[in-house]
Amino acid sequence: MIREFAGADVVYLLLAARWTVALALVAMLGGGLLGLVIAALRIVPFKPANWLAILYINLIQGTPLLGQLFIFFFGLPLIGIQVDAWTAAAISLSIYAAAFFGEIWRGALQSVSIRQWEAGASLGLTYGQRLFYVVLPQALRVAVAPTVGFLVQLIKNTSLTALIGFVELTRAGQIISGATFAPLRVYLVVAVVYFVICFSLSQMSRRLERKLHVAR
Amino acid sequence: MSLVELTQIRKSFGPVEVLKDVSLKVEKGEIVAIIGRSGSGKSTLLRCINGLEQVQAGRILVAGIDVTARNADLNVLRERAGMVFQSYNLFPHLDVERNVTLALKLVKKLDREAAGKIARDVVARVGLAEKLHAYPDELSGGQQQRVAIARSLAMQPALMLFDEITSALDPELVGEVLRVLEGVAKEGMTMMLVTHEMNFAKNVADRVIFMHEGRIHEDGPAREILQTPRTAELGSFLSAVLH
Repeated sequence: MIREFAGADVVYLLLAARWTVALALVAMLGGGLLGLVIAALRIVPFKPANWLAILYINLIQGTPLLGQLFIFFFGLPLIGIQVDAWTAAAISLSIYAAAFFGEIWRGALQSVSIRQWEAGASLGLTYGQRLFYVVLPQALRVAVAPTVGFLVQLIKNTSLTALIGFVELTRAGQIISGATFAPLRVYLVVAVVYFVICFSLSQMSRRLERKLHVAR
Repeated sequence: MSLVELTQIRKSFGPVEVLKDVSLKVEKGEIVAIIGRSGSGKSTLLRCINGLEQVQAGRILVAGIDVTARNADLNVLRERAGMVFQSYNLFPHLDVERNVTLALKLVKKLDREAAGKIARDVVARVGLAEKLHAYPDELSGGQQQRVAIARSLAMQPALMLFDEITSALDPELVGEVLRVLEGVAKEGMTMMLVTHEMNFAKNVADRVIFMHEGRIHEDGPAREILQTPRTAELGSFLSAVLH
């Protein structure tokens, strides 16, 4: 039965957008924590740890996210682990995000000159103090823009989870489009919602960068 | 016991031997200028003294702390031996006051007020009282270097190491930094400076060490060494830098 694309559908899309945001948040947190570990493994003076991190980064960055989603959603049940779409999506997006965050943050840390470490050391600061009070604040400034840039990618990439049946913004659009036969209007609304989320995020990042720059 | 005692130090970077069997004693209150061509090992020598570089052989004692010991507490050592670098290395995200107070709070565990008072004192001593809340990128090179000296002074080290601290400065800014150094010297601080400022070495240092190819080639009272070099190497070095 075909019906008109109505206000209720827009509400339905907005409600589904909550899952887009929730998924992005989970991937941001999970990927952020794992990303810190990857960045640390990447810079510790212990070769096998570096290799492990590089292997991880190349493996994840070198394969499509959709493939990773399929492996978790369709692959895990084959070895006896049952996962629902939400779990598979959350896990694979976190793993995906960690590979990028790890690289971004490693770059930001290494962008701080070795001389800053030495200056901290020559004042008697411990390794941890040098890291937290001298290097991290400077690395943070460098990291904000690429981190948010990647978050925007991440939000848009959550749309791939529609293909494993997770009902977020894109999947909700497919459902309503199927019911109303008004794909143009439906997907335009979907696009506007994505845009609003991503645009506000980059605006926030701009403001944060300005603030960090004024406070140095 | 001397404040600094180096015994038969050897240091290599890969296959390149930068310090070859260097022994040296510096007494409390002495001002030692270290001169020599680039690559002669003088900066490396300073960096070994506060443990920024590890030596392959030999022993370094600073204020009774064995820098070369396997379990040496380098953070305690560095609290006692301050260092100022050629490239200032101020913390760009902190203003002048917080550049100075950071280590006072974290290392000396002073409260905000006590640390702030010391910061105001030392920053005034280097003549930058009005720049207390400026950020490093708002200061000239000379001013940044003076803040770096103040930051190191604030820790009340027993020894201060200066690694070519005027070499990155525009010529007209060198004077203000040297004047600050002279002030520090007059207060009795033990100082080791790697420098290309021969006049400063002659007028302020008690003693000059000439490094050549990783060895101490000449070592003696400043004026005597600079006016009557004993070796051809020092003679040719001096005539090269003085012209």
